[in-house]
Amino acid sequence: MTSWLLFAASGTPEGGLFDLDATLPLMAVQVVVLTFVLNALFFRPVGRTVEERESYLSTSRSEAKQKLAQVERLETDLKAQLKEARQKSQSLILDAEQEMDRLYRSALASAQAEANASRETARSEIDRERKLALESLKSKADQLGDQIVKRLLAVK
Amino acid sequence: MFPLPPFLPLAELEVGKHLYWQIGDFQIHGQVFISSWLVIAALLAVVVAGTRKLERDPRGTQNLLEFLWEYIRNIARDYIGEKAYRDWLPFIGTLFLFIFVSNWGGALVPWKLIQLPSGELGAPTADINTTIALALLVSLAYFYAGLSRKGFRYFEYYVEPTPIMLPFKIVEDFTKPLSLSFRLFGNILADELVVAVLAFLVPLIVPLPVMFLGLFTSAIQALIFATLAAYYIGEAVHEEAH
Repeated sequence: MTSWLLFAASGTPEGGLFDLDATLPLMAVQVVVLTFVLNALFFRPVGRTVEERESYLSTSRSEAKQKLAQVERLETDLKAQLKEARQKSQSLILDAEQEMDRLYRSALASAQAEANASRETARSEIDRERKLALESLKSKADQLGDQIVKRLLAVK
Repeated sequence: MFPLPPFLPLAELEVGKHLYWQIGDFQIHGQVFISSWLVIAALLAVVVAGTRKLERDPRGTQNLLEFLWEYIRNIARDYIGEKAYRDWLPFIGTLFLFIFVSNWGGALVPWKLIQLPSGELGAPTADINTTIALALLVSLAYFYAGLSRKGFRYFEYYVEPTPIMLPFKIVEDFTKPLSLSFRLFGNILADELVVAVLAFLVPLIVPLPVMFLGLFTSAIQALIFATLAAYYIGEAVHEEAH
Protein backbone atom coordinates (compact mmCIF):
# COMPACT_ATOMS: atom_id res chain seq x y z
CA MET A 1 0.00 0.00 0.00
CA THR A 2 2.76 2.41 0.95
CA SER A 3 4.62 1.54 -2.21
CA TRP A 4 1.58 2.59 -4.20
CA LEU A 5 1.37 5.80 -2.30
CA LEU A 6 4.99 6.52 -2.92
CA PHE A 7 4.62 5.53 -6.54
CA ALA A 8 1.60 7.68 -6.96
CA ALA A 9 3.21 10.57 -5.19
CA SER A 10 6.38 10.29 -7.21
CA GLY A 11 4.55 9.58 -10.47
CA THR A 12 3.11 13.03 -10.77
CA PRO A 13 4.50 16.18 -9.29
CA GLU A 14 1.17 16.76 -7.58
CA GLY A 15 -1.35 14.15 -6.64
CA GLY A 16 -1.56 11.19 -4.36
CA LEU A 17 -4.35 9.82 -2.28
CA PHE A 18 -4.32 12.62 0.26
CA ASP A 19 -4.10 15.49 -2.17
CA LEU A 20 -6.21 18.26 -0.67
CA ASP A 21 -6.99 21.25 -2.85
CA ALA A 22 -9.85 23.50 -3.92
CA THR A 23 -11.96 20.41 -4.62
CA LEU A 24 -12.83 20.38 -0.91
CA PRO A 25 -14.57 23.76 -0.54
CA LEU A 26 -16.17 23.51 -3.97
CA MET A 27 -17.55 20.08 -3.14
CA ALA A 28 -18.86 21.45 0.16
CA VAL A 29 -20.61 24.30 -1.67
CA GLN A 30 -21.98 21.84 -4.19
CA VAL A 31 -23.40 19.62 -1.45
CA VAL A 32 -24.97 22.60 0.31
CA VAL A 33 -26.57 23.72 -2.95
CA LEU A 34 -27.73 20.16 -3.55
CA THR A 35 -29.26 20.17 -0.07
CA PHE A 36 -31.34 23.24 -0.89
CA VAL A 37 -32.30 21.93 -4.32
CA LEU A 38 -33.34 18.55 -2.94
CA ASN A 39 -35.20 20.25 -0.13
CA ALA A 40 -37.21 22.26 -2.63
CA LEU A 41 -37.72 19.42 -5.11
CA PHE A 42 -37.90 16.37 -2.91
CA PHE A 43 -38.07 16.63 0.86
CA ARG A 44 -40.61 19.43 1.18
CA PRO A 45 -43.17 18.29 -1.45
CA VAL A 46 -42.89 14.59 -0.65
CA GLY A 47 -43.01 15.31 3.07
CA ARG A 48 -46.11 17.43 2.57
CA THR A 49 -47.76 14.68 0.52
CA VAL A 50 -46.93 11.98 3.05
CA GLU A 51 -48.03 14.04 6.03
CA GLU A 52 -51.23 15.13 4.29
CA ARG A 53 -51.97 11.50 3.61
CA GLU A 54 -51.22 10.58 7.20
CA SER A 55 -53.57 13.26 8.52
CA TYR A 56 -56.19 12.29 5.93
CA LEU A 57 -55.91 8.69 7.04
CA SER A 58 -56.16 9.54 10.71
CA THR A 59 -59.17 11.83 10.21
CA SER A 60 -60.98 9.33 8.02
CA ARG A 61 -60.13 6.65 10.55
CA SER A 62 -61.63 8.63 13.38
CA GLU A 63 -64.63 9.46 11.20
CA ALA A 64 -65.07 5.80 10.43
CA LYS A 65 -64.79 5.02 14.13
CA GLN A 66 -67.48 7.59 14.91
CA LYS A 67 -69.69 6.16 12.22
CA LEU A 68 -69.11 2.67 13.52
CA ALA A 69 -70.07 3.78 17.01
CA GLN A 70 -73.20 5.42 15.59
CA VAL A 71 -74.05 2.27 13.71
CA GLU A 72 -73.60 0.21 16.84
CA ARG A 73 -75.80 2.59 18.80
CA LEU A 74 -78.46 2.43 16.10
CA GLU A 75 -78.19 -1.32 16.03
CA THR A 76 -78.80 -1.69 19.76
CA ASP A 77 -81.62 0.82 19.45
CA LEU A 78 -83.23 -1.07 16.64
CA LYS A 79 -82.71 -4.36 18.40
CA ALA A 80 -84.51 -2.99 21.44
CA GLN A 81 -87.31 -1.72 19.23
CA LEU A 82 -87.52 -5.03 17.48
CA LYS A 83 -87.71 -6.85 20.80
CA GLU A 84 -90.43 -4.53 21.97
CA ALA A 85 -92.37 -4.99 18.75
CA ARG A 86 -92.02 -8.71 19.03
CA GLN A 87 -93.32 -8.70 22.57
CA LYS A 88 -96.19 -6.47 21.53
CA SER A 89 -97.08 -8.70 18.62
CA GLN A 90 -96.84 -11.73 20.89
CA SER A 91 -99.25 -10.22 23.36
CA LEU A 92 -101.51 -9.13 20.50
CA ILE A 93 -101.56 -12.64 19.16
CA LEU A 94 -102.30 -13.97 22.63
CA ASP A 95 -105.11 -11.45 23.07
CA ALA A 96 -106.53 -12.29 19.69
CA GLU A 97 -106.38 -15.98 20.45
CA GLN A 98 -108.11 -15.50 23.76
CA GLU A 99 -110.72 -13.28 22.14
CA MET A 100 -111.25 -15.81 19.44
CA ASP A 101 -111.55 -18.56 21.98
CA ARG A 102 -114.02 -16.54 23.94
CA LEU A 103 -116.06 -15.74 20.85
CA TYR A 104 -115.93 -19.34 19.79
CA ARG A 105 -117.06 -20.49 23.17
CA SER A 106 -119.90 -17.98 23.38
CA ALA A 107 -120.99 -18.75 19.82
CA LEU A 108 -120.86 -22.43 20.62
CA ALA A 109 -122.79 -21.92 23.82
CA SER A 110 -125.45 -19.83 22.15
CA ALA A 111 -125.72 -22.26 19.28
CA GLN A 112 -126.07 -25.13 21.72
CA ALA A 113 -128.67 -23.26 23.70
CA GLU A 114 -130.57 -22.49 20.56
CA ALA A 115 -130.33 -26.07 19.43
CA ASN A 116 -131.55 -27.23 22.84
CA ALA A 117 -134.42 -24.78 22.75
CA SER A 118 -135.51 -25.78 19.29
CA ARG A 119 -135.23 -29.43 20.26
CA GLU A 120 -137.39 -28.79 23.29
CA THR A 121 -140.05 -26.99 21.23
CA ALA A 122 -139.92 -29.73 18.64
CA ARG A 123 -140.36 -32.36 21.32
CA SER A 124 -143.29 -30.59 22.94
CA GLU A 125 -144.83 -30.10 19.52
CA ILE A 126 -144.46 -33.77 18.80
CA ASP A 127 -145.98 -34.64 22.16
CA ARG A 128 -148.90 -32.35 21.53
CA GLU A 129 -149.46 -33.77 18.05
CA ARG A 130 -149.21 -37.27 19.38
CA LYS A 131 -151.75 -36.46 22.08
CA LEU A 132 -154.06 -34.95 19.52
CA ALA A 133 -153.63 -37.87 17.21
CA LEU A 134 -154.26 -40.30 20.04
CA GLU A 135 -157.38 -38.40 21.10
CA SER A 136 -158.73 -38.31 17.58
CA LEU A 137 -157.92 -41.97 17.20
CA LYS A 138 -159.68 -42.72 20.45
CA SER A 139 -162.77 -40.82 19.45
CA LYS A 140 -162.77 -42.45 16.04
CA ALA A 141 -162.36 -45.84 17.71
CA ASP A 142 -165.26 -45.02 20.03
CA GLN A 143 -167.43 -44.00 17.07
CA LEU A 144 -166.50 -47.13 15.22
CA GLY A 145 -167.24 -49.16 18.33
CA ASP A 146 -170.61 -47.49 18.68
CA GLN A 147 -171.42 -48.10 15.04
CA ILE A 148 -170.44 -51.72 15.35
CA VAL A 149 -172.61 -52.10 18.44
CA LYS A 150 -175.54 -50.34 16.70
CA ARG A 151 -175.23 -52.57 13.65
CA LEU A 152 -175.05 -55.66 15.75
CA LEU A 153 -178.03 -54.56 17.74
CA ALA A 154 -179.90 -53.64 14.60
CA VAL A 155 -179.30 -57.05 13.12
CA LYS A 156 -180.71 -58.72 16.13
CA MET B 1 -0.55 -6.49 1.41
CA PHE B 2 -1.57 -8.14 -1.82
CA PRO B 3 0.61 -10.72 -3.57
CA LEU B 4 1.31 -8.46 -6.54
CA PRO B 5 3.44 -9.95 -9.30
CA PRO B 6 6.30 -7.61 -10.09
CA PHE B 7 5.26 -7.24 -13.72
CA LEU B 8 1.80 -5.95 -12.80
CA PRO B 9 1.33 -2.59 -14.45
CA LEU B 10 0.67 -0.47 -11.40
CA ALA B 11 -0.19 2.54 -13.49
CA GLU B 12 -3.35 0.77 -14.60
CA LEU B 13 -4.74 1.14 -11.12
CA GLU B 14 -4.34 4.90 -11.30
CA VAL B 15 -4.16 5.31 -7.54
CA GLY B 16 -3.75 8.90 -6.55
CA LYS B 17 -3.80 10.25 -10.05
CA HIS B 18 -6.13 13.10 -10.71
CA LEU B 19 -7.47 15.01 -13.66
CA TYR B 20 -6.46 18.52 -12.72
CA TRP B 21 -8.51 21.52 -13.71
CA GLN B 22 -7.15 24.98 -13.15
CA ILE B 23 -9.58 27.58 -11.79
CA GLY B 24 -7.77 30.85 -11.17
CA ASP B 25 -4.98 30.00 -8.79
CA PHE B 26 -6.66 26.88 -7.59
CA GLN B 27 -6.57 23.34 -8.83
CA ILE B 28 -9.45 20.96 -8.54
CA HIS B 29 -9.90 17.28 -9.24
CA GLY B 30 -11.91 17.18 -12.44
CA GLN B 31 -12.80 13.49 -12.29
CA VAL B 32 -14.42 13.93 -8.88
CA PHE B 33 -16.58 16.75 -10.18
CA ILE B 34 -17.55 14.94 -13.37
CA SER B 35 -18.69 11.87 -11.47
CA SER B 36 -20.38 13.94 -8.77
CA TRP B 37 -22.30 15.84 -11.45
CA LEU B 38 -23.41 12.55 -12.93
CA VAL B 39 -24.49 11.40 -9.46
CA ILE B 40 -26.37 14.65 -8.86
CA ALA B 41 -27.96 14.47 -12.30
CA ALA B 42 -29.14 10.92 -11.65
CA LEU B 43 -30.55 11.96 -8.27
CA LEU B 44 -32.32 14.99 -9.68
CA ALA B 45 -33.68 12.98 -12.61
CA VAL B 46 -35.29 10.44 -10.26
CA VAL B 47 -36.55 13.18 -7.95
CA VAL B 48 -38.04 15.26 -10.76
CA ALA B 49 -39.59 12.21 -12.40
CA GLY B 50 -41.11 11.12 -9.10
CA THR B 51 -42.42 14.47 -7.88
CA ARG B 52 -43.84 15.83 -11.12
CA LYS B 53 -47.32 14.80 -10.14
CA LEU B 54 -47.66 14.02 -6.46
CA GLU B 55 -50.87 12.22 -5.64
CA ARG B 56 -52.53 10.92 -2.54
CA ASP B 57 -52.47 7.45 -4.07
CA PRO B 58 -48.79 7.13 -4.95
CA ARG B 59 -47.88 5.63 -8.28
CA GLY B 60 -44.60 4.57 -9.86
CA THR B 61 -41.53 6.53 -8.81
CA GLN B 62 -43.48 8.40 -6.15
CA ASN B 63 -43.56 5.17 -4.16
CA LEU B 64 -39.78 4.96 -4.22
CA LEU B 65 -39.40 8.59 -3.20
CA GLU B 66 -41.89 8.23 -0.37
CA PHE B 67 -40.11 5.12 0.83
CA LEU B 68 -36.80 7.02 0.79
CA TRP B 69 -38.37 10.00 2.52
CA GLU B 70 -39.80 7.87 5.29
CA TYR B 71 -36.53 5.96 5.67
CA ILE B 72 -34.59 9.21 6.03
CA ARG B 73 -37.24 10.71 8.29
CA ASN B 74 -36.98 7.70 10.57
CA ILE B 75 -33.20 8.10 10.79
CA ALA B 76 -33.52 11.83 11.47
CA ARG B 77 -36.36 11.43 13.96
CA ASP B 78 -34.71 8.59 15.84
CA TYR B 79 -31.40 10.36 16.31
CA ILE B 80 -32.27 14.07 16.36
CA GLY B 81 -35.52 13.88 18.22
CA GLU B 82 -39.11 14.82 17.57
CA LYS B 83 -38.61 18.55 18.10
CA ALA B 84 -35.72 19.44 15.83
CA TYR B 85 -35.62 16.77 13.16
CA ARG B 86 -37.66 18.69 10.61
CA ASP B 87 -34.96 21.34 10.22
CA TRP B 88 -32.25 18.77 9.60
CA LEU B 89 -34.07 16.18 7.57
CA PRO B 90 -33.02 17.68 4.21
CA PHE B 91 -29.38 17.79 5.25
CA ILE B 92 -29.33 14.21 6.55
CA GLY B 93 -31.28 13.08 3.50
CA THR B 94 -28.96 14.81 1.08
CA LEU B 95 -25.92 13.30 2.77
CA PHE B 96 -27.45 9.85 2.66
CA LEU B 97 -28.64 10.05 -0.94
CA PHE B 98 -25.48 11.69 -2.26
CA ILE B 99 -23.18 9.21 -0.55
CA PHE B 100 -25.37 6.23 -1.38
CA VAL B 101 -25.72 7.08 -5.06
CA SER B 102 -22.01 7.96 -5.24
CA ASN B 103 -20.95 4.67 -3.69
CA TRP B 104 -23.28 2.53 -5.74
CA GLY B 105 -22.47 4.51 -8.86
CA GLY B 106 -18.80 3.90 -8.24
CA ALA B 107 -19.44 0.18 -7.81
CA LEU B 108 -22.00 -0.40 -10.56
CA VAL B 109 -21.16 1.96 -13.43
CA PRO B 110 -18.36 0.75 -15.69
CA TRP B 111 -16.40 3.98 -15.49
CA LYS B 112 -13.37 2.39 -17.18
CA LEU B 113 -15.14 2.74 -20.50
CA ILE B 114 -14.77 6.52 -20.29
CA GLN B 115 -11.18 7.48 -20.93
CA LEU B 116 -9.80 10.55 -19.20
CA PRO B 117 -6.47 12.23 -19.98
CA SER B 118 -5.37 11.54 -16.43
CA GLY B 119 -6.89 9.73 -13.52
CA GLU B 120 -10.13 7.81 -13.80
CA LEU B 121 -13.74 8.25 -12.95
CA GLY B 122 -15.11 6.54 -9.89
CA ALA B 123 -17.16 7.16 -6.82
CA PRO B 124 -16.80 10.80 -5.75
CA THR B 125 -16.62 9.50 -2.19
CA ALA B 126 -13.38 7.69 -2.97
CA ASP B 127 -11.66 11.09 -3.00
CA ILE B 128 -10.51 12.44 0.36
CA ASN B 129 -11.60 15.97 -0.59
CA THR B 130 -15.22 14.93 -0.93
CA THR B 131 -15.35 13.03 2.33
CA ILE B 132 -13.61 15.80 4.27
CA ALA B 133 -16.00 18.33 2.73
CA LEU B 134 -18.97 16.25 3.85
CA ALA B 135 -17.51 15.67 7.31
CA LEU B 136 -16.77 19.36 7.81
CA LEU B 137 -20.31 20.17 6.74
CA VAL B 138 -21.52 17.82 9.43
CA SER B 139 -19.31 19.58 11.99
CA LEU B 140 -20.63 22.98 10.94
CA ALA B 141 -24.14 21.60 11.00
CA TYR B 142 -24.00 20.33 14.55
CA PHE B 143 -22.31 23.48 15.84
CA TYR B 144 -24.94 25.57 14.09
CA ALA B 145 -27.73 23.32 15.33
CA GLY B 146 -26.55 23.53 18.92
CA LEU B 147 -25.85 27.27 18.89
CA SER B 148 -29.05 28.23 17.12
CA ARG B 149 -31.20 26.12 19.42
CA LYS B 150 -29.54 26.74 22.75
CA GLY B 151 -27.38 29.82 22.23
CA PHE B 152 -24.27 29.85 24.40
CA ARG B 153 -25.84 27.30 26.68
CA TYR B 154 -24.70 24.90 23.99
CA PHE B 155 -21.23 24.95 25.57
CA GLU B 156 -22.65 23.50 28.76
CA TYR B 157 -22.58 20.29 26.80
CA TYR B 158 -18.78 20.33 27.11
CA VAL B 159 -18.81 20.27 30.90
CA GLU B 160 -21.58 17.78 31.35
CA PRO B 161 -21.83 15.65 33.33
CA THR B 162 -18.53 16.86 34.89
CA PRO B 163 -15.94 19.44 33.84
CA ILE B 164 -13.43 16.61 33.62
CA MET B 165 -15.05 15.79 30.30
CA LEU B 166 -13.99 19.13 28.80
CA PRO B 167 -10.75 18.00 27.11
CA PHE B 168 -12.36 14.85 25.79
CA LYS B 169 -15.30 16.74 24.38
CA ILE B 170 -12.96 19.19 22.69
CA VAL B 171 -10.91 16.37 21.21
CA GLU B 172 -14.15 14.81 20.07
CA ASP B 173 -14.90 17.85 17.92
CA PHE B 174 -11.77 17.04 15.96
CA THR B 175 -12.10 13.29 15.90
CA LYS B 176 -15.69 13.38 14.70
CA PRO B 177 -14.95 14.85 11.25
CA LEU B 178 -11.70 12.93 11.06
CA SER B 179 -13.34 9.57 11.68
CA LEU B 180 -16.33 10.40 9.48
CA SER B 181 -14.20 11.39 6.51
CA PHE B 182 -11.60 8.65 6.81
CA ARG B 183 -14.12 5.91 7.41
CA LEU B 184 -16.02 6.74 4.26
CA PHE B 185 -12.93 7.44 2.17
CA GLY B 186 -11.11 4.32 3.35
CA ASN B 187 -14.01 1.97 2.84
CA ILE B 188 -14.91 3.14 -0.62
CA LEU B 189 -11.33 3.44 -1.87
CA ALA B 190 -10.37 0.07 -0.37
CA ASP B 191 -13.36 -1.55 -2.00
CA GLU B 192 -12.47 -0.08 -5.39
CA LEU B 193 -8.84 -1.17 -4.99
CA VAL B 194 -9.69 -4.70 -3.90
CA VAL B 195 -12.03 -5.12 -6.84
CA ALA B 196 -9.47 -3.66 -9.22
CA VAL B 197 -6.63 -5.82 -7.91
CA LEU B 198 -8.72 -8.97 -7.93
CA ALA B 199 -9.94 -8.16 -11.41
CA PHE B 200 -6.32 -7.89 -12.52
CA LEU B 201 -5.28 -11.14 -10.90
CA VAL B 202 -8.34 -13.25 -11.74
CA PRO B 203 -10.57 -11.49 -14.21
CA LEU B 204 -13.41 -14.02 -14.05
CA ILE B 205 -15.92 -14.80 -11.30
CA VAL B 206 -13.55 -14.31 -8.35
CA PRO B 207 -14.13 -10.54 -8.08
CA LEU B 208 -17.90 -11.03 -8.07
CA PRO B 209 -18.33 -11.86 -4.37
CA VAL B 210 -16.07 -8.96 -3.49
CA MET B 211 -18.15 -6.72 -5.74
CA PHE B 212 -21.32 -7.82 -3.94
CA LEU B 213 -19.60 -7.20 -0.65
CA GLY B 214 -18.67 -3.79 -2.05
CA LEU B 215 -22.28 -2.97 -2.77
CA PHE B 216 -23.16 -3.97 0.78
CA THR B 217 -20.32 -1.89 2.23
CA SER B 218 -21.32 1.07 0.10
CA ALA B 219 -24.88 1.05 1.38
CA ILE B 220 -23.74 0.53 4.96
CA GLN B 221 -21.27 3.42 4.72
CA ALA B 222 -23.96 5.78 3.44
CA LEU B 223 -26.23 4.71 6.28
CA ILE B 224 -23.43 5.07 8.86
CA PHE B 225 -22.50 8.53 7.65
CA ALA B 226 -26.09 9.77 7.69
CA THR B 227 -26.81 8.13 11.03
CA LEU B 228 -23.71 9.57 12.67
CA ALA B 229 -24.44 13.02 11.26
CA ALA B 230 -27.95 12.81 12.67
CA TYR B 231 -26.60 11.54 15.98
CA TYR B 232 -24.09 14.39 16.28
CA ILE B 233 -26.78 16.96 15.48
CA GLY B 234 -29.12 15.29 17.92
CA GLU B 235 -26.44 15.38 20.60
CA ALA B 236 -25.97 19.09 19.99
CA VAL B 237 -29.67 19.98 20.18
CA HIS B 238 -30.44 17.58 23.01
CA GLU B 239 -31.96 19.38 26.00
CA GLU B 240 -30.62 18.06 29.25
CA ALA B 241 -33.41 17.43 31.70
CA HIS B 242 -32.35 19.70 34.57
